[in-house]
Amino acid sequence: MFISALRTMWKVFLHIFQKPETIQYPEEKPYLPPRWRGRIVLTRDPDGEERCVACYLCAVACPVDCISLQATEEEDGRRYPEFFRINFSRCIFCGYCEEACPTYAIQLTPDFEMSESNRQNLVYEKEDLLIDGTGKYHDYNFYRVSGLKIAEKDKGEAVNENEPVDIRSLLP
Amino acid sequence: MVWLFYLAAAVALFCTVMVITRLNAVHALLYMVMALLSLALIFFLLGAPFIAALEVIVYAGAIMVLFVFVIMMLNIGPQSVDQERRWFNLSTWRGLVFIAGILLIELIIALRLGFPEPLDVTEVTPHQVSLSLFGPYLLGVELASMLLLAGLVGAYHLGRREQERPKK
Amino acid sequence: MSAWLPWLNIFGVLFGALTTAAMLIWVERRLLAVWQDRYGPNRVGPFGLLQVVADVIKIFTKEDWIPPFADKPVFILAPAVVMTTVLMSFAVIPFAPGIGVVDFNIGLLFFLAMSSLSVYSVMLAGWSSNSKYSLLGGMRSAAQMLSYEVFMGLSLAGVVVMAGSFSLRDIVEAQRNVWFFIPQFLGLVTFLMAGLAETHRLPFDLPEAESELIAGYHSEYSGMKFGMFFVGEYLGIALISSFIVTMFFGGWLGPFLPPFVWFGLKTSVFVALFILLRASLPRPRFDQLMAFAWKAMLPLTLLNLVVTGGLVLAFGF
Repeated sequence: MFISALRTMWKVFLHIFQKPETIQYPEEKPYLPPRWRGRIVLTRDPDGEERCVACYLCAVACPVDCISLQATEEEDGRRYPEFFRINFSRCIFCGYCEEACPTYAIQLTPDFEMSESNRQNLVYEKEDLLIDGTGKYHDYNFYRVSGLKIAEKDKGEAVNENEPVDIRSLLP
Repeated sequence: MVWLFYLAAAVALFCTVMVITRLNAVHALLYMVMALLSLALIFFLLGAPFIAALEVIVYAGAIMVLFVFVIMMLNIGPQSVDQERRWFNLSTWRGLVFIAGILLIELIIALRLGFPEPLDVTEVTPHQVSLSLFGPYLLGVELASMLLLAGLVGAYHLGRREQERPKK
Repeated sequence: MSAWLPWLNIFGVLFGALTTAAMLIWVERRLLAVWQDRYGPNRVGPFGLLQVVADVIKIFTKEDWIPPFADKPVFILAPAVVMTTVLMSFAVIPFAPGIGVVDFNIGLLFFLAMSSLSVYSVMLAGWSSNSKYSLLGGMRSAAQMLSYEVFMGLSLAGVVVMAGSFSLRDIVEAQRNVWFFIPQFLGLVTFLMAGLAETHRLPFDLPEAESELIAGYHSEYSGMKFGMFFVGEYLGIALISSFIVTMFFGGWLGPFLPPFVWFGLKTSVFVALFILLRASLPRPRFDQLMAFAWKAMLPLTLLNLVVTGGLVLAFGF
């Protein structure tokens, strides 16, 4: 017992000669991979429109219920959130919302420096969340690949989409 | 240095009175520790530093710690203070006061008849203490240690866990 | 000159002890960090040296809260006891010839008496906090410190036999030829264990055991009262280290350098050892701790004492 304790002490003592693993944070930033789960943003599609279609899947997937939104519809048939609110004092940065999102709208970014001295300031509105870019998926445009009919695109006109089948006709 | 002696004696007396009158057992014990410490100081002033140190180590530092330990385990609450208050009336301490009064009268008479020269200090060093302990009083020391050994064995016997019977 | 020399000594030792204890907080954090491949506090001031100042400012300005369910007088008394007893013990340490508050002819016994009184602070803190974790911590500390005190005294008895005195200055002078850690190696090992347990430092810190008792006996303390426990612990480390140096490593004796420097150097080696123990060893279970005291350490010290006594009697050196 004593021998093993002494051996442990010696091994720990030898750590004097090891370089510290610490990264001196504010001066020296650590590398964060692109898929690091940090501050949540709402992205736009390549045409500059909002990607979010207000399907509520992110709010449902969120384990701490920190996302709240209200869906509404434009005249051209596009859905979008009337408001979109994330309470970052609750958010646990689990990334489930990103996984649930069918349109790649909600994305987590490698940024974590968002501390505030007032708790209210951690509630981000849609204006705070929305960015002017496509995030991690540059070419994806939901309305271009989905079969939904909007003003400038009828059914069957989407990428890789066949013409809708006329169910009243028996012809092949 | 006589006033030091009287000061220590006054502290000891005060603390002893507090030991008796406190309703909370832990507070009473703390006053008792203080009384023992002032007793140790008196021993020191009377030229017996070895006994003074032993007083602190053994009585204040070990035995009283055990007392406090036991009292801590008893989980005394406000109700026990009330109980103490009910017990603490004249009829319970009448007899004690009578006996203590006799001692007080004896003390006063002794003081009036003549008090030995105060603080006639001859310092007793640890060396002398040990020489007398292992010289003329060797038998007493050995008997006391036998008694303590008996106590130790007895305590061990009482505290021993029951031997588990082999399962049949 | 000679009239104010004692006062200079008293205040010098007091100031030195308190400064050392405060600096030890920084030293411990830095050393632990070094052994765990980190940096430790290095932001406030050069090398983080002013971290202590920041801590002190924080601890003084914090709310000094006494829980309503606590036993108020005892609650306030407990942290005072630990500071008093440890600082009193520093009075008998001979730092160098001419430096040191008092040369008691029972200096060693005085040290033991003070360390036995320091049990009260932990116990009373645990009891008066009136919370179950504190009480558990107080219970453990009472049992632990009583058991380790028994052989703490006995482990030093060998040194006393060899030096023939309870006076710490005489003990240091008796080590002119050979430092006592060679003939009294067993005594050194056992005293080191006892010292660890008395200061409840990390392998034996069961009274506070963060992982099971929150903070043990000082769970309910805050502000400067907690600070006093904290500083008291570091004072305890400095005290035990300087005591080991005095008893086993020839105190201020050493070639070339001035005596006080030797004393400081040797003491800091033991302080580092204490911190290394914290960095490397896990905490034992409570029954293991008690069994270790009574079944391993006590027989060892008794054996040491008997052998030392026999040899001194036979050869009379």
